[in-house]
Amino acid sequence: MSDMQSQDNLFFVRQEMVAESPPPVRVRGVWPWMRANLFGSVFDTILTIVGVVLGLLIIVPLAQWGIFGAIWDAPTRDTCAANPDVACWAFVKANMGQFIYGRYPDPERWRVNVFFLLMALTVIPLAIPSAPFKRFNLIAAIIIFPLVSSFLLVGGVLGLPEVDTQVWGGLFLTLVVSYVGMAASLPFGILLALGRRSKMPIVHYLCVAIIEICRGIPLITVLFMAGILLPLFLPTGVNFDKLLRALFGVSLFASCYMAEVVRGGLQAVPKGQYEGAKSLGLNYWTMTRLIILPQAITIVIPGIVNTFIGLFKDTSLVYIIAIFELLSTVRNSFTDPNWSTPSTPASGLTFAALVFWVFCFTMSRYSKFTEDRLRVGYKR
Amino acid sequence: MAAIDAGRVAGSRDRWYNNPLIRSITIQIVLVVAVVAFVGWIYHNTTTNLHDRGIATGFGFLGQRSGFDISTFLPTTSDSTYGYMLLAGLLDTIVVSLLSIVIATILGLIVGISRLSSNWLIRTIATIYVEFFRNIPPLIVILFWYLAVIAALPNIRDAIQLGPEISLSNRGFFMPRPVLGPNFHIVLIAFVVSLVAAWLVRWWAYARRMRTGQGFPSGWTGLAIVVVITAGTFVATGDPLSFELPVKTRFNINGGWTISPEFATMFLSLGVYTASFIGEIVRSGIMAVSHGQTEAASAIGLRSGQVLRLVVLPQALRVIIPPLASEYLNITKNTSLALAVGFADLVAVGNNVLNPTGQSIEVVEIWMVFYLGLSIIISVLMNWFNARIALTER
Repeated sequence: MSDMQSQDNLFFVRQEMVAESPPPVRVRGVWPWMRANLFGSVFDTILTIVGVVLGLLIIVPLAQWGIFGAIWDAPTRDTCAANPDVACWAFVKANMGQFIYGRYPDPERWRVNVFFLLMALTVIPLAIPSAPFKRFNLIAAIIIFPLVSSFLLVGGVLGLPEVDTQVWGGLFLTLVVSYVGMAASLPFGILLALGRRSKMPIVHYLCVAIIEICRGIPLITVLFMAGILLPLFLPTGVNFDKLLRALFGVSLFASCYMAEVVRGGLQAVPKGQYEGAKSLGLNYWTMTRLIILPQAITIVIPGIVNTFIGLFKDTSLVYIIAIFELLSTVRNSFTDPNWSTPSTPASGLTFAALVFWVFCFTMSRYSKFTEDRLRVGYKR
Repeated sequence: MAAIDAGRVAGSRDRWYNNPLIRSITIQIVLVVAVVAFVGWIYHNTTTNLHDRGIATGFGFLGQRSGFDISTFLPTTSDSTYGYMLLAGLLDTIVVSLLSIVIATILGLIVGISRLSSNWLIRTIATIYVEFFRNIPPLIVILFWYLAVIAALPNIRDAIQLGPEISLSNRGFFMPRPVLGPNFHIVLIAFVVSLVAAWLVRWWAYARRMRTGQGFPSGWTGLAIVVVITAGTFVATGDPLSFELPVKTRFNINGGWTISPEFATMFLSLGVYTASFIGEIVRSGIMAVSHGQTEAASAIGLRSGQVLRLVVLPQALRVIIPPLASEYLNITKNTSLALAVGFADLVAVGNNVLNPTGQSIEVVEIWMVFYLGLSIIISVLMNWFNARIALTER
């Protein structure tokens, strides 16, 4: 042990300090990030250059057109007509009231605002997973809110003057049509999906036929049917509102798509759940209501929201039967002699696209959020 | 069994109306009666209404002279019958659908692969593209192309010249039209023969590789065979093809080959719009291929392009095909938006037919039969393709 103390004789022990090695290559910071993500190889560098050129070619003129050069404020069309190469936001500003409310009479527009508020109060808590009273909230969203709104918007009760649906329009009507489609498609879609999975052959084939026919043809033809054929199908003299006909067509169409989404959920519920419910002595409807549907619907929330996005975009087609939702209101204003300029269509369409985009993007983020939330249980 | 049954008290479960079989039969009979009654009621109402309005039922109107003219791929005049007009519209729908499907697939594949690129910039551009187009209605895309992009092109007098006799203006895209000469069929035959020859080379090369393990550049050889034989015959037959040039008149361009603004709008918009959906389908398909496959492919020395082409894409296709089929169906259905820009597809022509004749039921029936038929054809084709590429398990 004491021999070991004379360390000078140990040949494997280093006698002098090692020279300092250079610091490791930086892995954080701007330059290393750029090297990893933009200039990883020759091909990568070429791609980056192409991307930059492409981006500049699009972004620079677009920013010039829509932001820096754009006409934000102008009393009349003259300024816009003189600068046809930039966006004319003044036109959008001047028509904003029309784009939101359509031709809904000015003194009554507060009713539409109340409708917007009620809608937010019903839908936002429903979308928040931790908000309480889900069951009541759902009933409010599907039954109470549509009923209250229809009285509020149509009027004729409680001293509210009646407003003909012919003058409804703009973003407000887009929301009405898509909301009714969404609210109707859930219950009817669930019924159709249950029918399709039924063991009774007649129920099964009837539901298959309805679903597949609706899904196989374009919405435009369904709307044509609702607009033109529905009056033919009803007894002579019975005629109902054009908007109702459009709502009928949209709801039918949306229900068929919803049915397929719900069917996916029903199939994803493990068989043991059905067997367990039956062995407890529950009958079909109790089992469906208490055991199967809560699980099936939760699984397919992302799919349901995606169907809603599709439906929201599809509402732009109701113009076919002369109903003026947001896009057709915007299109109609192109021919307005006070504002018609060469840059008007591009500005108006960009505005409409942005409005649609904000709604649909919000919904798609929500769908992604629920997807991630639901996946937690399956994470390993 | 008998002992247990004997101890049971007859309860409500044993009543006849709780017997599942009787219940199910009763429900179905009631349903059939209700549906039949409902259809009968609608039928009765419809015939009464049509009778009151003096509209004849049946498809007899298809043989009548239409009295309107539309520009379609089939030559039409105002003397054409309604039936012929609808046929022309149907052809337009099919052409636009096919072209949009091709554009959307190519663009979608590029976008989907770009979204997975290791290059941040390319990835971001692809993401912005997808998130933008997925979240706006296709009708806005169509109107934007039509009212803002194509309408903003210069008029015919100062059309953009893209090449000799090829010009782009707000009246459309004009180019020379190939006119087939009398000997053109010989070139066509030579082309087919060269294709067969190329296929034989490929077959021989495959057989040889299986036998000896030696490779042979059959792709390049085949291409050379096709090009040499076809081009040779083309020169030898002497001018089998000439071009009819577009002639500029004062306000328009006559002759040549024209792509109308409406047609261009339709296939560009639908292609660009649907590419965002197909991009997402491609991305999820590629992500579904397990990482081990990519690593193994790199480990045996394949280059990244080869890894994608030979290992990843064939496996990703299995995930991609089913949703892709429904996207193709969506394109076909979205061509009905042509009504908004006045492109004469089946729905727009049907609308034209429906107004003067009042034959709304028949026209809607034609639409439904056609679209359902097309859906079935595309589904069958894609199912067949899906079965072909499906994983063959041991």
